[in-house]
Amino acid sequence: MRLQAVDVKLGYGDRTIVDGLDLGIEAGTVTTIIGPNGCGKSTLLRALGRLLRPQGGEVLLDGKRIDRTPTREVAKILGVLPQAPTAPEGLTVADLVARGRHPHQTWYRQWSSDDESAVDEALTMTGLADLAERPLDELSGGQRQRAWISMALAQGTDLLLLDEPTTFLDLAHQVEVLELVRHLHGAAGRTIVMVLHDLNLAARYTDRLVAMRGGRVVAAGDPHEVLTEDLLREVFELDAKIIADPVAGTPLVIPIGTHR
Amino acid sequence: MTTIPLRVAGLSWRVRPRAVAVTLGGLALLGLLMALNMRIGDIPMSLSQVLGGTFDVNSADHFVIMELRLPRALTGALVGAALALSGAIIQSIARNPLASPEILGVTTGASVTVVAGVVASGSAYGGVSGLLSTLGIPLLALLGGLTGAVIVYALAWRRGLDGYRLVLVGIGVAAVFTNVKYWLLTVGDVNDTGRAMVWISGSLNGRGWEHVVPVALALAVLVPLTLLGTRSLDALRFGDDTVTALGLRMNPARALMILAAVLLAAVATASAGPIAFVALAAPQVALRLTRYGQPPLLSSAVVGAVLTAAADLIARTVFSPIELPVGVVTAVLGAPYLIHLIWKARK
Repeated sequence: MRLQAVDVKLGYGDRTIVDGLDLGIEAGTVTTIIGPNGCGKSTLLRALGRLLRPQGGEVLLDGKRIDRTPTREVAKILGVLPQAPTAPEGLTVADLVARGRHPHQTWYRQWSSDDESAVDEALTMTGLADLAERPLDELSGGQRQRAWISMALAQGTDLLLLDEPTTFLDLAHQVEVLELVRHLHGAAGRTIVMVLHDLNLAARYTDRLVAMRGGRVVAAGDPHEVLTEDLLREVFELDAKIIADPVAGTPLVIPIGTHR
Repeated sequence: MTTIPLRVAGLSWRVRPRAVAVTLGGLALLGLLMALNMRIGDIPMSLSQVLGGTFDVNSADHFVIMELRLPRALTGALVGAALALSGAIIQSIARNPLASPEILGVTTGASVTVVAGVVASGSAYGGVSGLLSTLGIPLLALLGGLTGAVIVYALAWRRGLDGYRLVLVGIGVAAVFTNVKYWLLTVGDVNDTGRAMVWISGSLNGRGWEHVVPVALALAVLVPLTLLGTRSLDALRFGDDTVTALGLRMNPARALMILAAVLLAAVATASAGPIAFVALAAPQVALRLTRYGQPPLLSSAVVGAVLTAAADLIARTVFSPIELPVGVVTAVLGAPYLIHLIWKARK
């Protein structure tokens, strides 16, 4: 287990969102957390990435309590891309991606050749090398999201948590981002945990699906086993049919609802 | 912006040529302004007279240079640098170009305390003079400035520090302090309030070595420390989650930088009063000259020193023999230049 939540209780102030949840993330897998709005999936991801301190229970990174490991050491192992991250105005892509090197730098080693090559590599991998000097504000939504992923890549961690990396993107850009995620997994065996809203894309690009409702895990496992008509009714209160994706063979959700 | 990597035996930095050019150019300009400040005055002096007065103890000009002009000019430059550095830090942390030591409660806290002190003691001791004016007022200002900052910080704290919350609370507290100050100015004796007015406009009149030394010491300690924190400051401009994801302990980093900014502003205000606009304008001017994403610390400090030195030269000479408080001139001088830079960037 790379990352593990043990009996965690999560919330903000007096409001508890997740209570007594257990979840393990195995090395070298792509895991996607799905669930209706407000089910606690982003809260769980934030706790796994030590952006939120659990009110009870513990989060273990490689078997060690994440809140007792210096945050800088965690940042060398685990990269987190928060939901809808904000960057300072006028920042260029290259400056953003270079910021990912922060945990590896000190005041006397601020721009080593390792830093430079990690940033170049991250820019190339996300196809942004030509846009490096462009301000972030001038990019399209898909390019901007790739720039943020690039920053997380430059951090050089083999564990990546991505909170809704495809939100606000059109379908083509969603696919582009998820292809990149799959490539990161395939090329370097990175362990990736993400939160997604699109169930069909989640099923397509994921080794393991975790379905949440009301702060607990309802089902977890292979997309074929998790994404069933019964589960959709239980978790999303959605009547749907499941057919095989004609391209990949993964489960494809067809909502019933009314139609023409 | 373009950078040049500088690597020596495992050590490495990114050098920003524009920032280096702005800093060095600013220092040259500062040197020129200091020389002019030494030469121009009631007794005009040539450069050789200035040099003679500086180094020759027996020279007739020694007293004017070493006891009057030099400490005054140094106070101006150092106070300008400290205020600008403080402003650069606060603007970065608040992620807001309108933030300045004023919103941290420092300058307004100092003003209200000094006015209260002058009004309370003025009639009792027959005016502010002697020990009270040389030691009492700076000390009052320092205490008031630090107290103001503590009040703002305590009210703004809620499980961490949020830039917007800090700005809003700061503006509220500043408004209260300012109104108390005006109330005190209305009820106080006219002679006392007149003296207080000069101080709260920011004045370099009659500043001696006792005003130079505290600011110099504060800068000597805090400039290296804040420069070490530059990387943290760069990271702190991102959203809170990103800051933590990058492995920075956000609240301690933020608190330390704010503490440095508060100390710089408090010591500067104690020496010369709340000189307007330097802390706000100098970082923004430096940012536009260096084309860096955030106010660069060292360049901001140099721009602040230049702005204050130039303002003092104008304040002393243009309406001579009447002397303006330097704070009046910094605003008149800094504002059009900043607007010019913003205007130029728009095109």
